[in-house]
Amino acid sequence: MKKRPFILKLTALAAAALLALGALAGCGGKTEGTSAGAAASFRTLDEIKQSGKIIIGVFSDKAPFGYVDENGEYQGYDVYFAQRIAKDLGVEAEFVSTDPASRVEYAATGKVDLILANFTVTEERAKQVDFALPYMKVMLGVVSPDSAVVTSVEDLAGKTLIVVKGTTAETYFEKNHPDVTLQKYDEYADAYNALLDGRGDAFSTDNTEVLAWALSNPGFTVGIDALGNADTIAPAVQKGNTTLLEWINAEIEALGAENFFHADYAETLAPVYGEAADPDALVVEGGVVEN
Amino acid sequence: MAGSGINVLFMGKNFLRLLEGLWVTMRISLVSVVLSIPLGILFGMFLTLKNPLSRALGRVYLECIRIMPQLVLLFIAYFGVTRAFGWNLSAELSAVIVFTLWGTAEMGDLVRGALVSIPAHQYDSAAALGMNRGQTFLWVILPQTLRRLVPLTINLTTRMIKTTSLVVLIGITEVLKVGKQIIDANRFDYPTAALWVYGVIFLLYFLACWPISSLAKKLEQRWR
Repeated sequence: MKKRPFILKLTALAAAALLALGALAGCGGKTEGTSAGAAASFRTLDEIKQSGKIIIGVFSDKAPFGYVDENGEYQGYDVYFAQRIAKDLGVEAEFVSTDPASRVEYAATGKVDLILANFTVTEERAKQVDFALPYMKVMLGVVSPDSAVVTSVEDLAGKTLIVVKGTTAETYFEKNHPDVTLQKYDEYADAYNALLDGRGDAFSTDNTEVLAWALSNPGFTVGIDALGNADTIAPAVQKGNTTLLEWINAEIEALGAENFFHADYAETLAPVYGEAADPDALVVEGGVVEN
Repeated sequence: MAGSGINVLFMGKNFLRLLEGLWVTMRISLVSVVLSIPLGILFGMFLTLKNPLSRALGRVYLECIRIMPQLVLLFIAYFGVTRAFGWNLSAELSAVIVFTLWGTAEMGDLVRGALVSIPAHQYDSAAALGMNRGQTFLWVILPQTLRRLVPLTINLTTRMIKTTSLVVLIGITEVLKVGKQIIDANRFDYPTAALWVYGVIFLLYFLACWPISSLAKKLEQRWR
């Protein structure tokens, strides 16, 4: 079979087409790009102000922290804060929908100026992004039936506590309260069913989770809403973006004076967690965590 | 407080948002398919070359793209390229590039298979009629190959439409993500919304893919 000449021509065409596609990609990059320099592509505070908008990565399906309402508008605790940041900067807020798996990458590559997506501060993440002061904290909560509400860890003596494997609740109780009998489940759904069936006396996991669950399940109360070490939740920017980071820190401190995050709580979280829950179990004002 | 989940579909702009999401899905996948088919045909011809170097090149490209999950390719195109070169590609452009690269590889292998399956006597007969190589290819081989390719291409197209749901991870809000947003925003008041929303998404995907399937059926009948 000697059909080479014709096919060779076509091959050259294919190669050219692929190159063209590559070139197209390159061009797109240059026009889209904010600064075509090396990996340090973050925008400084002045650049953000000049452009008239700040790009903020938020969750779009994690009610009540970041979600999209029926009119297509972003809402939630994180979004409420984001809107205030944009307002005080004098710019528009442009929201980008992020997922837990891509949050670090978004901030690390400067694709967004700021991440406000229920982002828990950890040492691992702090190597990749710069965290600002915290604006929220997550601690453990314990939910139990109204007939025998557990209001302190001492109440748990001789009782059975339900936990989900691999959660902070499991490690906390094993380490600090080895005398409490633990009943472990793989899935949240199983653990909640166990509590409903009375297989255990109480259930412990993140306080946000138990608060929301207790509200939609009458007959159960969150007796302990802030237990253990607080994990903090903070805004994150690309590493080295100090102008923006310092502005955000100053903003969080200034907002503390007007109790902004309590207002944020009342607006976005209170309807979900109920008036019974204590805002101080979740909210951090002025970047200062009180334990 | 738990009303019927079907209500969430008609709240505010929810239904319109689902349709907008479907449009995003279709835009990305159809642009990629339209680019992949001609590029894939050329790549398939390239794969049938006997030259060892071109074979090795084609093989490496094909295997790299086919072995790597599309999710990894998307992350490389969207975040990796920014990290490595500082190019800031838009999410949609990254998605189109990745799906075109993937579609070209898959399509190329299908074309290669179809070309190889054309029996040698077809070439010989064409030569006996005095056709040159170009004419043989254009008038004898290509029509037979295309007919064999139709079902395979439709299969690939519908697969590409469905695989575009991965683009949520680079921040593109397509139909499935809109669905999740609607379910999540209503999870406290309408716990049963998920069934209805996913049901509608199933229907939307069906409506998007079905015309393509029936078009393929028509083409196959016409070319018989």
